[in-house]
Amino acid sequence: MSTTEHNIADDFATPRRDRLRRAFFRFSQSKLSMLGAVMVAAVIFFTVFGTVLAPYPEHVAGGVDTASRFMPPSVAHPFGTNELGQDVLSLVMAGTTVSVLAGFGVVLIGSVIGTLVGAVAGFARGWIDEVLMRLTDLTLTIPGLILAMAIAAALGSGFGNMVIAIALSWWPGYARLVRGEVLAAREEVYVTAARALGATPKRILFRHILPNVVSPIIVKMSLDMGFAILTVAGLGFIGIGVRPPTPEWGTLLSVSRSYMPDYWWTAMAPGLAMFLAVFGFNLLGDGLRDVLDPKARR
Amino acid sequence: MTEIMLEIDNVSKIYPGRRGIFGTSAEVHALKNVSLSVRKGESFGLVGESGSGKTTLTRSILHLETPTSGSIRVQGQDLGKLSDAELRRLRSRVQIVFQDPYASLNPRMSVYDIVTEPLVIHHETLGLTNRQRSDRAAELLSLVGMGPQHLHRYPHEFSGGQRQRICIARALASGPELLLLDEPTSALDVSVQAQVLNLLCELQDRLGLTYFFISHDLAVVRYLCDRVALINRGELVEQGDCAEIFDAPKSEYARMLIGAMPEVKVPETA
Repeated sequence: MSTTEHNIADDFATPRRDRLRRAFFRFSQSKLSMLGAVMVAAVIFFTVFGTVLAPYPEHVAGGVDTASRFMPPSVAHPFGTNELGQDVLSLVMAGTTVSVLAGFGVVLIGSVIGTLVGAVAGFARGWIDEVLMRLTDLTLTIPGLILAMAIAAALGSGFGNMVIAIALSWWPGYARLVRGEVLAAREEVYVTAARALGATPKRILFRHILPNVVSPIIVKMSLDMGFAILTVAGLGFIGIGVRPPTPEWGTLLSVSRSYMPDYWWTAMAPGLAMFLAVFGFNLLGDGLRDVLDPKARR
Repeated sequence: MTEIMLEIDNVSKIYPGRRGIFGTSAEVHALKNVSLSVRKGESFGLVGESGSGKTTLTRSILHLETPTSGSIRVQGQDLGKLSDAELRRLRSRVQIVFQDPYASLNPRMSVYDIVTEPLVIHHETLGLTNRQRSDRAAELLSLVGMGPQHLHRYPHEFSGGQRQRICIARALASGPELLLLDEPTSALDVSVQAQVLNLLCELQDRLGLTYFFISHDLAVVRYLCDRVALINRGELVEQGDCAEIFDAPKSEYARMLIGAMPEVKVPETA
């Protein structure tokens, strides 16, 4: 090789670190994406430390203080107190843990099942594809929340069951997304090259195809986080899912509904928390999509 | 009589027509009774326009495509009759370099992973330890004129010519005897084309490779190949020694192709 070719390559060579830095730069150019990232960071912070930092930890644990029930927002109770005299701010802070972890669990399980189904369908094609995708379509025809209710009712209430119930109605979106991406990626020349090398189908799928379809999956996961949190809250709201006294946004909202509109503050804090979390994850997802998946940029 | 490396015997490939709402589309005869043989150690050129069946033939030799009829034998082994395990072993002996170096490298794999993948896939036959694999990777890169400093970079960091060198290194990794070159230089610019072609010549001398060179560039074929076959609409039109075909083409098609070659007049330096 000529020396000039060497030098040119060295000048333009960008190690992986640089690529990440450039992606971060592009991401940080969008104020909305950064706002989303900050909001998501705050949500994650409260997921981890919410229970510890709550100003009235005894209320989080289920303690009541009937003497000070339905106090309007004040300095001592920024979001007031509820029908049991518990500090609403403490409950909402502690509730972040359950809501966000449940949402994350739903998205994680849903994306793993969906990715496997979609990848196998798109890779194998033929009758396997038909069977798997008709199964996916079948799941899609049933409204997600109703399916989740049915599953949750059958499994019984509780955190784990709730997550599984929602995840089982969550995967079809991933299956369809991944199938499409896999169908496109399997025609790439480097996949043909791997086949010519004698690579096993498993190796081709996991080493060559899936790593190249990861970006849209990550984007969809972050966009889905908000909806998953909402769905978890929805199940809590209708009474399937986590039971009081474990604080959870949907359950908090459901209880305070009976005291509207006189004691509006009991509903405002959990509603606001949900709004901010969903909004943050959606902004982050949009920003990530612009960076990771430029094809889909509007 | 030298040993036959690759023998293509009366191969046809018909793609069935599709039945659609608006009737059935006609079936496509991609290859019609193609027969040719490539001797060990030679460079065999296959020339044809786009759509003439070159790619189908390559894919059939790699057994990515099964011919409708006829047989393909590599060193006497019939591809159609091999078991999966035998076929996998054979794949280490027949390798390919594709036309587009931008599409044929997985963007998510480092050069090291790309070059050592054949060694991992064929570890049963080759039996290398991790350490030996690293050494082999560095050796392969130096064989194609690159250095160990390139091992941990990603394909997008390289120019077209360098990527094609990586593709060649990957193809050579498992120690093949037959290399299919599917227009390996047509996606590169002219100065780099020459470098890659020289590299290929050099590698052939050094490793005793057999080349099956597919191209539509007659000048390149003339430069590199010992024998050549012309293919048109799935049928072999003419085959023979390179010099013979270029100097005294027998068929009308060959004359037309050669007549269409741009002539370069070298000004005489007095």
